[in-house]
Amino acid sequence: MSNGQSRFHVPAPPFRPGDTPDFSHLDLQKAGEAKRPDPLTAPREMTDLAFGLIGVLDHNHQAVGDWDPRLSPEVLREGLSHMVLTRIYDARMLKLQRQGKMSFYMKSLGEEAVAVAGAMALNFSDMVFPSYRQQGILFARGRNIVDMMCHCISNSRDNLKGRQLPVHYTWAEGNFFTISGNLGTQFPQAVGYAMGCAYKGEDTIAASWIGEGTTAAPDFHAAMTLASTYRAPVILNVVNNQWAISTWQGIARGDAATFASKGLGYGLASLRVDGNDFLAVYAATKWAADRARKGGGATYIELFTYRADAHSTSDDPARYRPKTEFEVWPLGDPIERLKNHLIGLGEWDEERHAALEEQMTALVVKSYKEAESHGTLHDGPLAPTHTIFEDVYASEDWRLRRQRQDLGV
Amino acid sequence: MPAMNMLQALNSAMDVLLDKHPETVIFGEDSGYFGGVFGATQGLQKKYGLDRVFDAPINEAAIAAMAVGMAAKGLKPIAEIQFADYIFPAIDQIISEMSRIRYRSAGQFVSPVVVRAPWGGGIRGGQTHSMSPEAFFTHVPGVKVAVPSNPYDAKGMLIAASEGDDPVIFFEPKRIYNGPFDGVPDAPLSSWAKHPKGEVPEGHYRVELGKAEIVREGEACTVVTYGTLVHVAVNAAEKAGIDAEIIDLKTLAPYDIETITASVNKTGRVVVAHEAPRTSGFGAELAAQIQEECFYALEAPVFRLTGWDTPYPHAHEWAYFPGQARFIRALQTVTEAR
Repeated sequence: MSNGQSRFHVPAPPFRPGDTPDFSHLDLQKAGEAKRPDPLTAPREMTDLAFGLIGVLDHNHQAVGDWDPRLSPEVLREGLSHMVLTRIYDARMLKLQRQGKMSFYMKSLGEEAVAVAGAMALNFSDMVFPSYRQQGILFARGRNIVDMMCHCISNSRDNLKGRQLPVHYTWAEGNFFTISGNLGTQFPQAVGYAMGCAYKGEDTIAASWIGEGTTAAPDFHAAMTLASTYRAPVILNVVNNQWAISTWQGIARGDAATFASKGLGYGLASLRVDGNDFLAVYAATKWAADRARKGGGATYIELFTYRADAHSTSDDPARYRPKTEFEVWPLGDPIERLKNHLIGLGEWDEERHAALEEQMTALVVKSYKEAESHGTLHDGPLAPTHTIFEDVYASEDWRLRRQRQDLGV
Repeated sequence: MPAMNMLQALNSAMDVLLDKHPETVIFGEDSGYFGGVFGATQGLQKKYGLDRVFDAPINEAAIAAMAVGMAAKGLKPIAEIQFADYIFPAIDQIISEMSRIRYRSAGQFVSPVVVRAPWGGGIRGGQTHSMSPEAFFTHVPGVKVAVPSNPYDAKGMLIAASEGDDPVIFFEPKRIYNGPFDGVPDAPLSSWAKHPKGEVPEGHYRVELGKAEIVREGEACTVVTYGTLVHVAVNAAEKAGIDAEIIDLKTLAPYDIETITASVNKTGRVVVAHEAPRTSGFGAELAAQIQEECFYALEAPVFRLTGWDTPYPHAHEWAYFPGQARFIRALQTVTEAR
């Protein structure tokens, strides 16, 4: 490791464009091997879970081991349906962005299980503080797709009055906090919210998601310190999708063995989970939610996954990583894995899957037509112009009143 | 009515809020058991319990974020930042989050948090315990900024801030916590007990934000200021024998433009004063607005009396601070200009 001399050190990813990616160096614990402790176990008695990998679906698509949540085929099909819808919605929205229908878009390709399974394992009343790649939560919670699209195209029915970039959803009725564009700010806020739940003596908890790159941010440390100090009923998820725009995950990790192991110094229950395994994400989230509701405090979870497409419509991943990485990603595709599991159970087949895709495509196409009937960013109608002066404060003061009058609205 | 100093008045405000509103929670560095480094929260943990008044880790971003999250859940947090100089680690949570939660969610979520912070100079605090960072926050749409200058207002304004629906940055001029200050460093400390605004009711009352107060009526010129300098201004006017009209602004965002313009239109001469550095200080906003609204009434250039464009010095504190001598010169300059 050392040649006896301090050297300036900048880590670099193993593969860049033109290289042949090979992930055989990843030491990934096999599905079913991780032990499932009681949810109220002390963090120091289960530190192994921060270094291993909680997985349920094995390479034959069978559910194995202690962490199998033993979900009914109906629930599995529901999860599959939400993931398929998420993927089709994303693909359609990307296409529409390319056609100039919206200013910006962010897909969650390859990470659909993270949001969908996480949301399904929580109660609807639990408040979520997501980042911008958890649109799957909205599908799992039953949000109206037309409303989501109206937000993305900033039209007259955008529930945010055109104030936010696309995909920065807010849905109070669905207990979905307002998404920030500043990374990680929601992490300590979720802890504060969870403390509020406990203060009020409610059964409700909070959950938040950030990317692995954001574990470098001060707000990560703030959240972890608060969560541990006040034993808040919160689930703090780090979605390790390997890439923060063009920045490789090694830039945020230092010599930590895993992102999950960052939680151990804070004394938090710390799990590392196969993020492409619907059953594992569901089981770990459920375990953490039980722990929180029973007074065991916070759980910190690394969801190990891969961002299969660009960060957003503003970057081209072919410029910083091999195009074939996702194809050889050892943890596969979350939709394919759950689909094959259901097929193995005799609860699903290719025809039904094709029909589901067709149904979801039709839903997305129809919804977009309806959304567009309420206007688009480009052609309007938008929210009335005077609304830019609303909601700055609870009521308009003289400064805003005069400025609104200056603008003539 | 009992006489209270500013710390007792602030303590009384929080006592009233904790008693009246079960959703009020108070936290900050050393704010719990110890009662805060200046003692503003003394005795409140003992009276209301650990759940209501507690110590926070040394992370201002965490303090602000915790408050934002709690407010989203319907609590009414009052967060203490130990010194206004320490507020900068929290600035992303205040500027990008707290101030905009209502706006970016189109009213679906709100963030009615009060952030209290001892503020300003005059206590030999050096560059990290003397700052007046109000202008950073008056530039942020969505937060209110308040600076009381006496015990009566401190209590009433803190209650109004916490019972309001918007986030409020509440700066407390720590030089005058224990008594008004006339701007002469070596003069003996005077007591709030001898000041009419040291009379503070025990119970609940509000001093609404957004309203300034004329603390001295006059004809020769107008002084617009806030915090410690309100008292320096009053004493300077008396000492110099200049019939200044002195406005205690109290709330900087939104500030009370009507009281300012009515006075400036009457006097035609104005000094705007603050401890913070001159360039882009809040005085620049006041001067610009005054010239827009009162240009034809002005008989002299607007005079900005401010700290210098330097960090706040320790040994040469009184060369930096706009004390009595500089204040008198400012009043003479504007009233003598022809």
